[in-house]
Amino acid sequence: MTGLDSGRPLVPGQEPRLGSLATHVGPYWGDFGGRYVPEALIAALDELDTAYHKALADPAFGAELARLHRTYTGRPSPLTEVPRFAAHVGGGARVFLKREDLNHTGSHKINNVLGQALLVKRLGKTRVIAETGAGQHGVATATAAALLGLECTVYMGEEDTRRQALNVARMRLLGAEVVPVTIGTRTLKDAINEALRDWVANVETTHYLLGTVTGPHPFPEMVRDFHKLIGEEARAQLLGEIGRLPDAVVACVGGGSNAMGIFNAFLDDADVRLFGFEAGGRGLGPGDHAARFSGGAPGVLHGARSYLLQDEDGQTVPSHSVSAGLDYPSVGPEHSWLHDIGRATYLPVSDVEAMDAFRLLCRTEGIIPAIESAHALAGAIQLGAQAAQWSDEPVLLVNLSGRGDKDVATAARWFGLLDAGDESEGDR
Amino acid sequence: MSGGRTTSPAPTSPVPTSAGATTGPLLDGLAAQGRAALVGYLPVGYPSVAGSVQAVRTMVDAGADVVELGMPYTDPVMDGPVIQRAVDHALRGGTRVRDTLTAVEQVAGRGAPVLVMTYWNLVLRYGVEAFARDLAAAGGAGLITPDLVPDEAGAWIAASDEHGLDRVFLVAPSSTPERLASTVAASRGFVYAASTMGVTGERATVGSRAEQLVADTRAAGADRVCVGLGVSRPEQAAQVASYADGVIVGSALVRSLLDVPDEATGLDRLAEVTAALAAGVRSAERPAGASR
Repeated sequence: MTGLDSGRPLVPGQEPRLGSLATHVGPYWGDFGGRYVPEALIAALDELDTAYHKALADPAFGAELARLHRTYTGRPSPLTEVPRFAAHVGGGARVFLKREDLNHTGSHKINNVLGQALLVKRLGKTRVIAETGAGQHGVATATAAALLGLECTVYMGEEDTRRQALNVARMRLLGAEVVPVTIGTRTLKDAINEALRDWVANVETTHYLLGTVTGPHPFPEMVRDFHKLIGEEARAQLLGEIGRLPDAVVACVGGGSNAMGIFNAFLDDADVRLFGFEAGGRGLGPGDHAARFSGGAPGVLHGARSYLLQDEDGQTVPSHSVSAGLDYPSVGPEHSWLHDIGRATYLPVSDVEAMDAFRLLCRTEGIIPAIESAHALAGAIQLGAQAAQWSDEPVLLVNLSGRGDKDVATAARWFGLLDAGDESEGDR
Repeated sequence: MSGGRTTSPAPTSPVPTSAGATTGPLLDGLAAQGRAALVGYLPVGYPSVAGSVQAVRTMVDAGADVVELGMPYTDPVMDGPVIQRAVDHALRGGTRVRDTLTAVEQVAGRGAPVLVMTYWNLVLRYGVEAFARDLAAAGGAGLITPDLVPDEAGAWIAASDEHGLDRVFLVAPSSTPERLASTVAASRGFVYAASTMGVTGERATVGSRAEQLVADTRAAGADRVCVGLGVSRPEQAAQVASYADGVIVGSALVRSLLDVPDEATGLDRLAEVTAALAAGVRSAERPAGASR
């Protein structure tokens, strides 16, 4: 821990005290972050940084974003206690889910997308591009582009367009162009490469609406800021509900935006444990997982220095996860910093554990989670045994970052739920 | 910040104190002769490590004045389809970082300074100081760093000073006057002016902003400015050579090696394309007393 003051009184509804961690800004988090990009992009990043901080200081920007979140996103998202699921966590724990799955477009991604899309209007740009893995960020971006009258191109690895065909159709329905990326590993990493190439060539008219807390400054800071209302809402809701803070906050970590979103409001509460669960995939051998903190080392990819799956030469090692949204070889630089200073703990969850938790939530609570979010649920189950030592009635706050409609086909194959003849190639 | 690696391959010769031939003296010498340089890019490992060494020798013999040796990388965000394809092949063929140092050693000393073009993570992983040491020992001239801006280059600036290596940073049409000045100040050898906003690849015309960018970069204090991105034909090379100190060509040379029945045919095509570009560079009309 970082020697933070933990002796503060907890008053329901009180604003989180803003200390050194929650308000930390880029471009660097310790040794992580920065801007490892072609010079051609520096002017656009500076322009974005300036526009972002100008918008932050402008009450009209905050009011417009808040109005959209209230009337379009459907915020605040509910906090749901899930006792039948909690019984499987054990340790006498109470489990609360922050229901980002109930947002318009089905995940937390809309929080960041609406913020950036409003900025695009201020920048006077007419086109947005985005990368997407599971399709959640692509759908959210296509949605915001439709809402605000922007041209939209989404890059998606060909492998992911197959895994997430329904989301490809959704993006096209919303008027976006979806470009399957056929080079490299054909997943999220390669979609980002293509988006960066497009951005370098079209930066004067185009904004790269990056979907997570990775990339060059100011993206990690800005995207965290657009998501931090997740934790702020949850903190107030939990204080209102039970009059105290949780013992642990739990989230899945791909690039890490939903995790930063829910962690941020608790960073300065030293008694609140923070857990990020990465994709442990099929195991921790090379190419079988996306557990950057178990099998990676600091390096540079896509504009930032952070933990990275790489080989002895520094070549990127392909990641694997049953969840397209966690299938990424690097992670946001703020997570690397929180890891190294010991403020947050990052652990792997296997494909099997995640899918078991996926089904468990379906059957105990009537909620179909995204497979990404199921990694957080499986993480909560992992924590059950130690939770009993935290307090008499340990409280876990889990970010349910997205809903599982897009994953029904994958889950049906995984669990063998299709009738014979319907079964196509399995993901398992 | 120098990467997680604690051991590196042994230097290829006893601990050096300075690099091989750097680009500054060569470019100045050519300028005195009234012409620009042809800078030719080829990736290590295409079609094989030995084949790429042979290709570089062919390119130099056919008229390339400076070699830009590309280090294959899994995520080359500044490269277009032609170079991506060659690099992808090189990586699938098992090309390693140490192969680049070996290749430098094998092509240096033939009159053409050898720069290595690399994405930054490969150097970080090797260790910035160790890479500078081993590159200098191999006879390399320095590095071209497409995804490293001077703001993040503290360790590299120190290591290249220590080992007498060129530091070729890029400027782009979007660079502000302040950034032109800071990039020029951080560079050594020459400044790489990106002719257009985009990635590597052949284009029908060289961006009209290239000439202005060269003028602006000189005004910011640069002694030497070479232009790259999109130059593929002799007449384009001649046009760029009329105002720049060097013409950087990549995709057009790499393309000559793709889709050939055998390596000998590829080398013949490479020699032909290089010679035509070199003739283009030499044909440029340069106003007397131009540039400096």
